[in-house]
Amino acid sequence: MGKKKFDFRLALQGLWAFVTNSYLVGFAQGKIYQGRLKNLCLPGLNCYSCPGALGSCPVGALQSSFSSRGGKISLYVSGFLIFVGAVMGRYVCGWLCPFGLIQELLNKIPFPKKLTTFKGDRLLRKLKYVILLVFVILLPMVAVDVTGLGEPWFCKYICPAGTLEGGVPLVLLNSALRETVGFLYTWKILILALTVLLSVIIYRPFCKYICPLGALYSFFNKISVFRITLDKEKCVGCGKCERACKMNVNPAVKPDSAECIRCRECVSVCPTGALKDSFSCLTDKKKEK
Amino acid sequence: MYPVIKMKKDKRALIGAVIALVGAVMMLFGAAENEHREVFEKAVRICLECIGIG
Repeated sequence: MGKKKFDFRLALQGLWAFVTNSYLVGFAQGKIYQGRLKNLCLPGLNCYSCPGALGSCPVGALQSSFSSRGGKISLYVSGFLIFVGAVMGRYVCGWLCPFGLIQELLNKIPFPKKLTTFKGDRLLRKLKYVILLVFVILLPMVAVDVTGLGEPWFCKYICPAGTLEGGVPLVLLNSALRETVGFLYTWKILILALTVLLSVIIYRPFCKYICPLGALYSFFNKISVFRITLDKEKCVGCGKCERACKMNVNPAVKPDSAECIRCRECVSVCPTGALKDSFSCLTDKKKEK
Repeated sequence: MYPVIKMKKDKRALIGAVIALVGAVMMLFGAAENEHREVFEKAVRICLECIGIG
Protein backbone atom coordinates (compact mmCIF):
# COMPACT_ATOMS: atom_id res chain seq x y z
CA MET A 1 0.00 0.00 0.00
CA GLY A 2 1.66 3.16 -1.20
CA LYS A 3 1.45 6.14 1.09
CA LYS A 4 -0.39 9.02 -0.57
CA LYS A 5 1.92 11.99 -1.03
CA PHE A 6 0.88 15.20 0.68
CA ASP A 7 -0.15 17.70 -2.01
CA PHE A 8 1.43 20.93 -0.80
CA ARG A 9 0.15 22.97 -3.72
CA LEU A 10 -3.44 21.85 -3.25
CA ALA A 11 -3.19 22.60 0.46
CA LEU A 12 -1.82 26.09 -0.23
CA GLN A 13 -4.47 26.77 -2.86
CA GLY A 14 -7.15 25.73 -0.37
CA LEU A 15 -5.67 27.79 2.42
CA TRP A 16 -5.37 30.87 0.19
CA ALA A 17 -8.95 30.47 -1.10
CA PHE A 18 -10.21 30.16 2.48
CA VAL A 19 -8.20 33.08 3.88
CA THR A 20 -9.19 35.45 1.06
CA ASN A 21 -12.84 34.40 1.31
CA SER A 22 -13.14 34.15 5.06
CA TYR A 23 -15.90 36.70 5.71
CA LEU A 24 -18.19 34.00 7.04
CA VAL A 25 -20.83 36.50 8.21
CA GLY A 26 -21.46 37.22 4.51
CA PHE A 27 -22.34 33.59 3.87
CA ALA A 28 -24.60 33.51 6.92
CA GLN A 29 -26.48 36.72 6.07
CA GLY A 30 -26.37 36.85 2.26
CA LYS A 31 -24.33 40.05 2.28
CA ILE A 32 -20.83 40.99 1.16
CA TYR A 33 -17.83 42.31 3.09
CA GLN A 34 -17.60 46.11 3.03
CA GLY A 35 -14.41 46.74 4.98
CA ARG A 36 -11.18 48.51 4.03
CA LEU A 37 -9.48 45.42 2.61
CA LYS A 38 -11.68 45.83 -0.44
CA ASN A 39 -9.34 48.66 -1.45
CA LEU A 40 -6.91 45.90 -2.41
CA CYS A 41 -7.04 43.60 -5.40
CA LEU A 42 -6.46 39.87 -5.06
CA PRO A 43 -4.03 38.27 -7.52
CA GLY A 44 -6.40 35.51 -8.73
CA LEU A 45 -9.89 35.47 -10.22
CA ASN A 46 -12.04 36.02 -7.14
CA CYS A 47 -15.42 37.72 -7.55
CA TYR A 48 -15.77 40.71 -5.23
CA SER A 49 -19.45 39.91 -4.90
CA CYS A 50 -18.65 36.58 -3.27
CA PRO A 51 -20.14 36.88 0.25
CA GLY A 52 -16.82 35.81 1.77
CA ALA A 53 -14.43 37.84 -0.41
CA LEU A 54 -12.11 40.13 1.53
CA GLY A 55 -10.49 41.71 -1.54
CA SER A 56 -11.37 42.87 -5.04
CA CYS A 57 -11.27 40.94 -8.30
CA PRO A 58 -8.51 42.38 -10.54
CA VAL A 59 -10.42 41.66 -13.77
CA GLY A 60 -13.59 43.24 -12.38
CA ALA A 61 -11.63 46.26 -11.17
CA LEU A 62 -9.79 46.67 -14.49
CA GLN A 63 -13.00 46.34 -16.46
CA SER A 64 -14.73 48.79 -14.17
CA SER A 65 -12.07 51.43 -14.89
CA PHE A 66 -12.49 50.91 -18.65
CA SER A 67 -16.27 51.15 -18.42
CA SER A 68 -16.20 54.34 -16.35
CA ARG A 69 -16.92 57.71 -17.95
CA GLY A 70 -14.11 58.50 -20.40
CA GLY A 71 -12.79 54.91 -20.23
CA LYS A 72 -9.59 55.76 -18.39
CA ILE A 73 -6.91 53.24 -17.49
CA SER A 74 -6.51 52.81 -13.74
CA LEU A 75 -2.84 53.10 -12.82
CA TYR A 76 -3.61 51.45 -9.52
CA VAL A 77 -5.16 48.31 -11.02
CA SER A 78 -2.94 48.03 -14.10
CA GLY A 79 0.13 48.67 -11.92
CA PHE A 80 -0.99 45.88 -9.59
CA LEU A 81 -1.42 43.45 -12.50
CA ILE A 82 1.96 44.40 -13.98
CA PHE A 83 3.64 44.02 -10.59
CA VAL A 84 2.11 40.61 -9.86
CA GLY A 85 2.69 39.41 -13.43
CA ALA A 86 6.32 40.54 -13.51
CA VAL A 87 7.10 38.90 -10.17
CA MET A 88 5.12 35.66 -10.49
CA GLY A 89 3.71 35.27 -14.01
CA ARG A 90 1.25 32.40 -14.04
CA TYR A 91 2.32 31.01 -10.66
CA VAL A 92 -0.82 32.90 -9.64
CA CYS A 93 -2.95 30.55 -11.78
CA GLY A 94 -1.34 27.45 -10.36
CA TRP A 95 -1.16 28.47 -6.72
CA LEU A 96 -3.37 31.43 -5.83
CA CYS A 97 -6.54 31.27 -7.91
CA PRO A 98 -9.68 29.97 -6.16
CA PHE A 99 -11.44 29.25 -9.46
CA GLY A 100 -8.40 27.30 -10.65
CA LEU A 101 -8.63 25.24 -7.46
CA ILE A 102 -12.33 24.52 -8.03
CA GLN A 103 -11.59 23.29 -11.56
CA GLU A 104 -8.76 21.08 -10.30
CA LEU A 105 -10.99 19.51 -7.67
CA LEU A 106 -13.69 18.89 -10.26
CA ASN A 107 -11.11 17.23 -12.50
CA LYS A 108 -10.42 14.70 -9.74
CA ILE A 109 -13.93 13.29 -10.21
CA PRO A 110 -13.63 10.02 -12.13
CA PHE A 111 -14.92 10.09 -15.71
CA PRO A 112 -14.71 7.29 -18.30
CA LYS A 113 -12.96 9.36 -20.97
CA LYS A 114 -10.84 12.26 -19.76
CA LEU A 115 -9.66 14.52 -22.58
CA THR A 116 -6.02 15.58 -22.53
CA THR A 117 -6.11 17.26 -25.94
CA PHE A 118 -8.28 17.40 -29.06
CA LYS A 119 -8.26 18.80 -32.56
CA GLY A 120 -8.31 22.58 -32.37
CA ASP A 121 -6.95 22.68 -28.81
CA ARG A 122 -4.00 24.91 -29.75
CA LEU A 123 -6.19 27.36 -31.65
CA LEU A 124 -8.80 27.49 -28.89
CA ARG A 125 -6.08 28.56 -26.43
CA LYS A 126 -5.95 31.90 -28.27
CA LEU A 127 -9.58 32.57 -27.36
CA LYS A 128 -8.61 33.89 -23.92
CA TYR A 129 -6.61 36.70 -25.58
CA VAL A 130 -9.62 37.64 -27.71
CA ILE A 131 -11.80 37.67 -24.57
CA LEU A 132 -9.28 39.89 -22.77
CA LEU A 133 -9.14 42.35 -25.65
CA VAL A 134 -12.81 42.38 -26.64
CA PHE A 135 -14.79 41.70 -23.44
CA VAL A 136 -12.52 43.22 -20.78
CA ILE A 137 -11.04 46.19 -22.65
CA LEU A 138 -12.80 47.20 -25.89
CA LEU A 139 -16.50 46.61 -25.26
CA PRO A 140 -16.56 48.22 -21.78
CA MET A 141 -14.77 51.24 -23.29
CA VAL A 142 -16.65 51.57 -26.58
CA ALA A 143 -20.19 50.28 -25.98
CA VAL A 144 -21.36 53.06 -23.67
CA ASP A 145 -24.82 54.36 -22.83
CA VAL A 146 -26.02 57.98 -23.15
CA THR A 147 -24.31 58.91 -19.89
CA GLY A 148 -20.97 57.57 -21.17
CA LEU A 149 -20.92 54.52 -18.91
CA GLY A 150 -20.03 51.09 -20.24
CA GLU A 151 -20.93 47.64 -18.97
CA PRO A 152 -18.74 44.95 -17.38
CA TRP A 153 -19.08 42.68 -20.43
CA PHE A 154 -16.88 39.84 -19.24
CA CYS A 155 -18.40 39.69 -15.76
CA LYS A 156 -21.93 40.14 -17.05
CA TYR A 157 -22.01 37.70 -19.94
CA ILE A 158 -19.18 35.22 -19.41
CA CYS A 159 -17.55 34.88 -15.99
CA PRO A 160 -18.64 31.60 -14.36
CA ALA A 161 -16.51 32.40 -11.28
CA GLY A 162 -18.82 35.32 -10.49
CA THR A 163 -21.87 33.08 -10.84
CA LEU A 164 -20.42 30.36 -8.64
CA GLU A 165 -18.78 32.53 -5.99
CA GLY A 166 -21.30 35.39 -5.95
CA GLY A 167 -24.45 34.62 -7.94
CA VAL A 168 -25.38 31.23 -6.52
CA PRO A 169 -24.78 31.94 -2.80
CA LEU A 170 -26.32 35.42 -2.89
CA VAL A 171 -29.42 34.31 -4.75
CA LEU A 172 -29.83 31.38 -2.35
CA LEU A 173 -29.32 33.49 0.76
CA ASN A 174 -30.92 36.80 -0.22
CA SER A 175 -34.66 36.70 -0.91
CA ALA A 176 -34.71 40.23 -2.42
CA LEU A 177 -32.14 39.18 -5.02
CA ARG A 178 -33.96 35.92 -5.66
CA GLU A 179 -37.01 37.84 -6.89
CA THR A 180 -34.99 39.67 -9.56
CA VAL A 181 -33.58 36.57 -11.26
CA GLY A 182 -34.22 36.51 -15.01
CA PHE A 183 -32.82 35.41 -18.36
CA LEU A 184 -29.29 36.66 -17.67
CA TYR A 185 -29.03 34.53 -14.54
CA THR A 186 -30.21 31.47 -16.45
CA TRP A 187 -27.61 32.19 -19.15
CA LYS A 188 -24.86 32.47 -16.56
CA ILE A 189 -25.97 29.30 -14.78
CA LEU A 190 -25.76 27.52 -18.15
CA ILE A 191 -22.20 28.78 -18.66
CA LEU A 192 -21.32 27.68 -15.12
CA ALA A 193 -22.87 24.24 -15.65
CA LEU A 194 -20.90 23.84 -18.90
CA THR A 195 -17.68 24.90 -17.15
CA VAL A 196 -18.29 22.45 -14.31
CA LEU A 197 -19.00 19.60 -16.71
CA LEU A 198 -15.99 20.38 -18.89
CA SER A 199 -13.77 20.66 -15.80
CA VAL A 200 -14.55 17.04 -14.96
CA ILE A 201 -13.47 15.97 -18.45
CA ILE A 202 -10.69 18.47 -19.25
CA TYR A 203 -8.06 19.82 -16.86
CA ARG A 204 -8.77 23.52 -16.16
CA PRO A 205 -10.77 24.33 -19.33
CA PHE A 206 -11.58 27.86 -18.18
CA CYS A 207 -7.89 28.62 -17.54
CA LYS A 208 -6.84 27.13 -20.88
CA TYR A 209 -9.40 28.77 -23.14
CA ILE A 210 -11.32 31.59 -21.47
CA CYS A 211 -9.60 33.31 -18.53
CA PRO A 212 -8.56 36.90 -19.41
CA LEU A 213 -6.50 37.11 -16.20
CA GLY A 214 -4.47 34.05 -17.19
CA ALA A 215 -4.06 35.61 -20.66
CA LEU A 216 -2.73 38.79 -19.07
CA TYR A 217 -0.30 37.03 -16.74
CA SER A 218 0.88 34.79 -19.60
CA PHE A 219 2.55 37.80 -21.24
CA PHE A 220 4.91 37.88 -18.26
CA ASN A 221 5.82 34.18 -18.18
CA LYS A 222 9.04 34.72 -20.13
CA ILE A 223 10.41 37.51 -17.96
CA SER A 224 8.90 37.05 -14.52
CA VAL A 225 11.33 37.09 -11.61
CA PHE A 226 10.17 33.67 -10.43
CA ARG A 227 9.89 31.13 -13.24
CA ILE A 228 10.89 27.65 -14.34
CA THR A 229 14.24 27.30 -16.12
CA LEU A 230 15.83 24.42 -18.01
CA ASP A 231 19.47 23.39 -17.80
CA LYS A 232 19.92 21.87 -21.27
CA GLU A 233 23.15 20.15 -20.27
CA LYS A 234 21.38 18.19 -17.55
CA CYS A 235 18.31 17.31 -19.67
CA VAL A 236 18.35 13.68 -20.83
CA GLY A 237 15.22 14.01 -22.97
CA CYS A 238 13.29 11.34 -21.06
CA GLY A 239 9.96 13.10 -21.70
CA LYS A 240 8.73 12.66 -18.11
CA CYS A 241 8.06 16.40 -17.78
CA GLU A 242 5.93 16.53 -20.94
CA ARG A 243 3.90 13.53 -19.80
CA ALA A 244 3.38 15.06 -16.35
CA CYS A 245 2.18 18.42 -17.70
CA LYS A 246 -1.60 18.73 -17.62
CA MET A 247 -1.52 22.01 -19.52
CA ASN A 248 0.04 20.18 -22.51
CA VAL A 249 3.31 22.09 -22.41
CA ASN A 250 6.66 20.48 -23.15
CA PRO A 251 8.89 22.06 -20.50
CA ALA A 252 12.02 20.49 -22.02
CA VAL A 253 11.42 22.63 -25.11
CA LYS A 254 9.63 25.68 -23.69
CA PRO A 255 9.91 25.95 -19.90
CA ASP A 256 8.59 29.51 -19.99
CA SER A 257 5.57 28.77 -22.20
CA ALA A 258 2.65 31.19 -21.92
CA GLU A 259 0.42 28.18 -21.19
CA CYS A 260 2.45 27.06 -18.17
CA ILE A 261 0.64 27.66 -14.85
CA ARG A 262 3.78 26.74 -12.89
CA CYS A 263 2.23 23.88 -10.97
CA ARG A 264 5.81 22.48 -10.69
CA GLU A 265 4.79 18.94 -11.63
CA CYS A 266 7.58 18.94 -14.25
CA VAL A 267 10.13 20.14 -11.70
CA SER A 268 9.19 17.39 -9.28
CA VAL A 269 9.31 14.57 -11.86
CA CYS A 270 12.55 15.67 -13.55
CA PRO A 271 15.05 12.89 -12.69
CA THR A 272 18.18 14.96 -13.26
CA GLY A 273 17.17 18.31 -11.78
CA ALA A 274 17.39 19.96 -15.22
CA LEU A 275 14.11 21.77 -14.60
CA LYS A 276 14.27 24.16 -11.71
CA ASP A 277 12.64 27.26 -10.37
CA SER A 278 13.43 29.74 -7.67
CA PHE A 279 11.69 27.57 -5.10
CA SER A 280 13.66 24.42 -5.93
CA CYS A 281 16.17 25.17 -3.21
CA LEU A 282 13.36 25.06 -0.66
CA THR A 283 11.55 21.96 -1.86
CA ASP A 284 13.96 19.72 -3.72
CA LYS A 285 17.03 19.63 -1.52
CA LYS A 286 17.18 15.86 -1.59
CA LYS A 287 17.26 15.78 -5.37
CA GLU A 288 20.11 18.26 -5.57
CA LYS A 289 22.38 16.19 -3.29
CA MET B 1 18.94 34.83 -0.85
CA TYR B 2 18.75 32.25 -3.66
CA PRO B 3 16.44 34.18 -6.02
CA VAL B 4 18.52 37.34 -5.59
CA ILE B 5 21.78 35.57 -6.46
CA LYS B 6 20.11 33.92 -9.47
CA MET B 7 18.69 37.23 -10.61
CA LYS B 8 22.13 38.76 -10.98
CA LYS B 9 23.01 36.02 -13.47
CA ASP B 10 19.69 36.10 -15.20
CA LYS B 11 18.94 39.02 -17.53
CA ARG B 12 15.32 38.09 -18.05
CA ALA B 13 14.63 38.02 -14.33
CA LEU B 14 16.29 41.42 -14.10
CA ILE B 15 13.94 42.74 -16.79
CA GLY B 16 11.08 41.21 -14.78
CA ALA B 17 12.29 42.99 -11.65
CA VAL B 18 12.46 46.34 -13.46
CA ILE B 19 8.94 45.86 -14.87
CA ALA B 20 7.71 44.85 -11.41
CA LEU B 21 9.20 48.09 -10.07
CA VAL B 22 7.40 50.05 -12.81
CA GLY B 23 4.16 48.29 -11.79
CA ALA B 24 4.73 49.14 -8.14
CA VAL B 25 5.37 52.81 -9.00
CA MET B 26 2.20 52.88 -11.14
CA MET B 27 0.27 51.44 -8.22
CA LEU B 28 1.62 54.11 -5.89
CA PHE B 29 0.76 56.90 -8.36
CA GLY B 30 -2.70 55.41 -8.77
CA ALA B 31 -3.14 55.24 -5.00
CA ALA B 32 -1.97 58.86 -4.71
CA GLU B 33 -4.75 59.75 -7.19
CA ASN B 34 -7.22 57.90 -4.93
CA GLU B 35 -7.88 55.26 -7.57
CA HIS B 36 -8.06 52.61 -4.85
CA ARG B 37 -11.23 54.36 -3.69
CA GLU B 38 -12.83 53.63 -7.07
CA VAL B 39 -11.93 49.95 -6.65
CA PHE B 40 -13.36 50.06 -3.13
CA GLU B 41 -16.60 51.78 -4.18
CA LYS B 42 -17.20 49.14 -6.83
CA ALA B 43 -16.26 46.22 -4.58
CA VAL B 44 -18.40 47.03 -1.54
CA ARG B 45 -21.66 47.00 -3.50
CA ILE B 46 -23.07 43.75 -4.82
CA CYS B 47 -22.25 43.84 -8.52
CA LEU B 48 -25.58 42.72 -9.98
CA GLU B 49 -24.14 42.28 -13.47
CA CYS B 50 -21.30 40.13 -12.13
CA ILE B 51 -23.66 37.71 -10.44
CA GLY B 52 -26.02 37.55 -13.41
CA ILE B 53 -28.87 39.75 -12.24
CA GLY B 54 -28.20 43.29 -13.48
